[in-house]
Amino acid sequence: MSAAEPALVDVAVIGGGVVGCAVARELAGFDVSVALIEARGDVGDATSKANTAILHTGFDAVPGSLEARLVARGYALLGDYAKATRIPVEGTGAVLVAWTDEERGSLESLRQKAIANGYLDCEILASEAVYALVPHLGPGVLAGLTVPGESIICPWTTTLAYATEALARGATLMLGTRVTGVSVADDVTTLATTRGLVRARWVVNAAGMGADVIDRMYGFDRFTVVPRRGELIVFDKQARPLADCIVLPVPSSRGKGVLVSPTIYGNVMLGPTSENLADREDTSTTAAGMEFLLGKGRAIMPSLLEEEVTAAYAGLRAATEHGDYVVDVDADRRYLLIGGIRSTGLTASMALAEHAGLQLAGAGLALAPRVGLPPVPVLPNIGEAFPRPYQRADLIESDPEYGAIVCFCERVTRGEIRDALRSPIPPCDVDGLRRRTRATMGRCQGFACGADVESALHATDLA
Amino acid sequence: MTGPPLTVQADVAVIGAGPAGLTAAIGLRRLGVGVVVLEREAEAGGIPRITHHTGYGLRDLHRMMTGPAYAERLVQGAVDAGADLRIGAMVTDWSGDRSVMVTSPEGRWRLSAQAIVLATGARERPRSARLVPGDRPAGVLTTGMLQDVVHGGRAVSGGSIGSRAVVVGAELVSWSAVLTLREAGCRAVLMTTEHERIEAPAALVWAGRSVPGLPVSRRTRVTRIMGRHRVEAVELTRLDTGQTRTFACDTVIFTGDWIPDSELARAGGLDMDPGHRGPVVDGALRTSAHGVFGAGNLLHPVDTADVAALDGRHVAGQVARFLEGGTGPQAATRVLPGAGFAWVSPGLLRPADPPPRERLLLWATEHRSAPRVVVRQGDRVLRRRLVPWPASPGRVFRLPWSVLAGVHPEAGDVTIGLG
Repeated sequence: MSAAEPALVDVAVIGGGVVGCAVARELAGFDVSVALIEARGDVGDATSKANTAILHTGFDAVPGSLEARLVARGYALLGDYAKATRIPVEGTGAVLVAWTDEERGSLESLRQKAIANGYLDCEILASEAVYALVPHLGPGVLAGLTVPGESIICPWTTTLAYATEALARGATLMLGTRVTGVSVADDVTTLATTRGLVRARWVVNAAGMGADVIDRMYGFDRFTVVPRRGELIVFDKQARPLADCIVLPVPSSRGKGVLVSPTIYGNVMLGPTSENLADREDTSTTAAGMEFLLGKGRAIMPSLLEEEVTAAYAGLRAATEHGDYVVDVDADRRYLLIGGIRSTGLTASMALAEHAGLQLAGAGLALAPRVGLPPVPVLPNIGEAFPRPYQRADLIESDPEYGAIVCFCERVTRGEIRDALRSPIPPCDVDGLRRRTRATMGRCQGFACGADVESALHATDLA
Repeated sequence: MTGPPLTVQADVAVIGAGPAGLTAAIGLRRLGVGVVVLEREAEAGGIPRITHHTGYGLRDLHRMMTGPAYAERLVQGAVDAGADLRIGAMVTDWSGDRSVMVTSPEGRWRLSAQAIVLATGARERPRSARLVPGDRPAGVLTTGMLQDVVHGGRAVSGGSIGSRAVVVGAELVSWSAVLTLREAGCRAVLMTTEHERIEAPAALVWAGRSVPGLPVSRRTRVTRIMGRHRVEAVELTRLDTGQTRTFACDTVIFTGDWIPDSELARAGGLDMDPGHRGPVVDGALRTSAHGVFGAGNLLHPVDTADVAALDGRHVAGQVARFLEGGTGPQAATRVLPGAGFAWVSPGLLRPADPPPRERLLLWATEHRSAPRVVVRQGDRVLRRRLVPWPASPGRVFRLPWSVLAGVHPEAGDVTIGLG
């Protein structure tokens, strides 16, 4: 990997989640040197990895908010970027399902809200039309609202694509590097980290769950991150025909409700719960959370509960007391905060990066376009809807390793694992390999391939 | 060097080279039938390959062997008999009624056959499918993964296996896990079962007992796993009182709780059994798809390897008969689990087609030391029989096929329950 301690960089981006990686990629497209600093051993290993993985139209954002603007813009930007880099995206569409009179009553105002957000394609459906769209919904559907533009996307490939392109554009990636202190001088800010000092002219705080901690190092007291745990249950791929589009809850006095969504890997997801915690690293699942989700799932789609569960996990969202994204530049101290980024941040990521660039430029960072940018990287496809190596006779013929399936449930080949281990940002553990290849994430959870996968990782440790 | 043609033709395609698939292939070859056997693993032999204790081969080979020796013997037998055995070849999809798509290092190809035998076996439900909440640390494995790590001789980067293990389940396979742990230098410090009683085969009880101080918590469930990076403890809940306690350990092995690897069967649109979740078959091991048969633990998750192998021997004759043509099967009567049972296999009765070993296999949901079995058809009780062997959750309960004598083909579904 790159040098551990660059002498002096123009911009240090703290946080290698989807937002930090997008910002690093964006800034590295200009004639500035960029260091991306991540506390964990891999990019996208915290909040970004356990996202509900929806590419949002922004139909239900608060009209006029920064979030509404950036989600709408990010939807278009990421949609195009995904095509170029082959980040898997499926335009499944969504339907909000009303189960009570109150929920039915609010569909029209949701439609108006979508229009206010510039999204014009929502349509209110009668009960029969909702069942025609999603035949396996449980009894009691009163009406629905379609959002045809809502899509599913691979959050792992997205983060990896940004980071990979940032590196290709010359950015330095510092993994396993936790920022522990900030000292601002006239021209240079020195970041104390667990791996020594980093000197930067400008600093971008995209630390997600730790953004308030970094912000306080600058002496601010503007917000507090409250880890909000969302538990999710992923059902077997055999459930996939049950849910061909995203089934969203209608926000109501009963609470936010849970969604049932196809996943880009061919499964069906049920969740999330929503529970504020004190511990910023507690991603354990709970009996109460699972019971709650299964109860909801039984009402929304009873036949889903007859399918096997492949995985249950929890993600943490970086909730704050602010209703909107907080993007704020301190020109004097050459510091930009990107905080309060909720789960919509995946969709908004490229727009946030663009916005961050404009903020920094407005505060005095010279951003001249860099000439001779490398081509956009093409990422290995791990989406179920697109051809994967095991299906490609041409690829197997040119390299038999693509015909050697190691992870049977997810049909991951030895060739793909090898490629991931040799990639510019190789995984450091089984979780990282899973996010790059899908290995071990299937129904057997490693019964058949776990040992093979571990030995492949171990072999490269020694190499 | 040229790869195989895009389409390979065979009389019979056997999918899965475990005891059932290999024995079926041997049987078919002896009857002069051409067989291609597809195995997705890099080695043929199935689960016995990674199970080093003895106890294999009793019913089918009439000797006692270790798992690897048994697997090797079956593989050699299939090769010697002239079966075309393809390892590292995974069936990924159907491409016709009796034709499948295969991925292997040789390429992406199609295998078309006159008949197909599905012998894809079963797997243990992992922790996630059992909905055990808590942290997701290293050190949580199924028996299969444990044995693959230990007997595959593979180095383990994450140090999956520690020194103090809790074994979840007290089925036959659970004892196998205890022995494998011991080989890996890890002590099983507790076995838990949700049932009242534990199950262990005679050959293993002795071995298990020789593990000093392995207590068994009955009527107990693991309700939480704790440990951020590595397992530190589990929470145990007494089912009868709801009382919980924390038990320190660094390894958790989830054993048993088998589910068939039936994805291919389901993708082919075969009728599936809601009880065991494998395909529904009749006594000839025909599935609902013409020319597609099943064998082994895909049909009864799980009985012992020798019973799976004898399915293979049985299905070979049935498939050969199918290839010769002749009359189609008779009308079938469904055989369903009644009180006290989760499933019956085979789930279809055709009086002309006795099942393998002329036995019905059932899975009990409660323990009875001297069960009274009641066979009903509609409102009519056909038979009550006191059986002198126990019915117990955690092992297959076998009944002679003769309990179904007197079933009327047109009088509707038959149920077998405990009275």
